[in-house]
Amino acid sequence: MQIAQITVRYFASIREQLGRQEDRLEAAGIACVADIWRRVAATPLPVNTLVAVNQEYARPDTPVKPGDEVAFFPPVTGG
Amino acid sequence: MSIRVQKAAFDPWREVAAYGEAHSDRLAGRSGATAVFVGNMRDINAGASVSAMTLEHYPGMTERHLEKIAGEASTRWSILDSLIIHRYGPLVPNEPIVLVAVWSEHRDAAFAACRYLIDELKTRAPFWKQETTTAGARWVKPE
Repeated sequence: MQIAQITVRYFASIREQLGRQEDRLEAAGIACVADIWRRVAATPLPVNTLVAVNQEYARPDTPVKPGDEVAFFPPVTGG
Repeated sequence: MSIRVQKAAFDPWREVAAYGEAHSDRLAGRSGATAVFVGNMRDINAGASVSAMTLEHYPGMTERHLEKIAGEASTRWSILDSLIIHRYGPLVPNEPIVLVAVWSEHRDAAFAACRYLIDELKTRAPFWKQETTTAGARWVKPE
């Protein structure tokens, strides 16, 4: 079965700002990480936001394809 | 090398002892040095009293990232083994949050790899702390 959607996950303060922890987007019209943010949020990507594609660190211009998992989160504070 | 991201509280000193015993085949008689870092939750931060904390993480990516840095440490330094344990979920002051332990033949490699692992974990591993203070909940700012 072909997966045509992109799973988008949000964490910590970004999850709270958007009021949800996940979206599933139709992949049509999405070429890179920045395209996803433009679709899910009305405001620009917050400064210092980190992004991941398939659970590896990525950048706003990283290409995205159907079936990928993309995540947006603030600077990390573990340890 | 071993990575654990867990909700349950743990005793870091017992974990170090238990890991050493469980892997005595490669550690007993060989590891002249064990370097250990333990991070505990404080009850005060950025000028406010903190009564509780919730640690959020990214299940899957967090473990992958810890495995990646543990692999990097074993490539960069001559170490025998490493163990990382990190909590998620609710915590109260004085509980251990993180354990990084490194075994090596000599101290230089153990110290260096342990320092590298905790620094990399703090700057890149996807965890987020939310503190409960008298003024309400707030996300901890990065260092």
